[in-house]
Amino acid sequence: MTIELDLCGEVCPYTFVKTKLKLEEVECGEELIVTFDHAPAVENVPRSLKNEGHKIMGIEQKGEHLWKVRIRKA
Amino acid sequence: MIGGFNEEQIRRYSRHIILPEVGGKGQKKLLTSKVLCIGAGGLGSPIIQYLAAAGVGTIGIIDDDTVDLSNLQRQVIHGGNVGKPKAESAKQFVNNLNPDIEVRTYIERLNACNVINIFNEYDIIVDGSDNFATRYLVNDACVITNKPLSHGSIYRFEGQVTTIIPHKGPCYRCLFEHAPPPGMVPSCQEAGVLGVLPGIIGVIQATEVVKYLLGIGELLVGRLVYYDALNMTFEEIKMRWNKNCPICGEQPKITSIQEDIYGDSCRIW
Repeated sequence: MTIELDLCGEVCPYTFVKTKLKLEEVECGEELIVTFDHAPAVENVPRSLKNEGHKIMGIEQKGEHLWKVRIRKA
Repeated sequence: MIGGFNEEQIRRYSRHIILPEVGGKGQKKLLTSKVLCIGAGGLGSPIIQYLAAAGVGTIGIIDDDTVDLSNLQRQVIHGGNVGKPKAESAKQFVNNLNPDIEVRTYIERLNACNVINIFNEYDIIVDGSDNFATRYLVNDACVITNKPLSHGSIYRFEGQVTTIIPHKGPCYRCLFEHAPPPGMVPSCQEAGVLGVLPGIIGVIQATEVVKYLLGIGELLVGRLVYYDALNMTFEEIKMRWNKNCPICGEQPKITSIQEDIYGDSCRIW
């Protein structure tokens, strides 16, 4: 099962903080898809998540200012 | 609401949550923890400030004194509250800083009669008291109730701090079996104290409490940090468990809290 989190309107560092909190509710090996409209988050959040051992499965640009990041929980 | 945190808490605790060693899980541990602070004076001020800021959910504060103008040189949480009970003044400070925190005030002196019941309500005890009778009472009650203890004390330009996990490391009596005779060591009132000194020692105590609650890092168990503000040195003194310790040794002489050990009456000093 894939869980989604919409963080449109949210800025750094809360994009990471909220992603991290949501991941804590996800089972290991499960996937979480997070939507951002804050460009710096698309670089920052995956980097911070990798530092914590999680896997970035893909980053998809959905619009001029819209991205979906797929994360697998370590 | 994400992971049990509301929007305000996510912002307030974000710098904790970002830390891999803390995260939302660690922050929740802090929010459900109960810490008792003995004294809301020089040491108590930074201890209470930082534990409240960190989001320690329940903070007990025991102090029977009222705020005096001469306290404000080092007791930085009591501004504007001269004449008020220190426990109430401290509660007001905490409520302003972090409304998440439940503060339980005890406007009474810690003594042989109340110590066990009060300690049983908390996960860890922080000693910010200013006299030997209370210090020994707190140590002994922590050993008997098996509560971890952060010990700190200050004198003029010097301070010491250690963490006691009963039966897993030495206690205060393992190092100093008995208090010096009354009158031998002058109190802060007689000896003076540099105002910033309790800031350093109290913040180290608060650090130890937060680490203990989170279960991270190396605690000051079996180690006493001795700080000299004039020379700006920190020395570490190794403490060993004393098998002849009267409270945590192989054959302890003290097996319960009896008022005659700590003073003539139930009220200590």
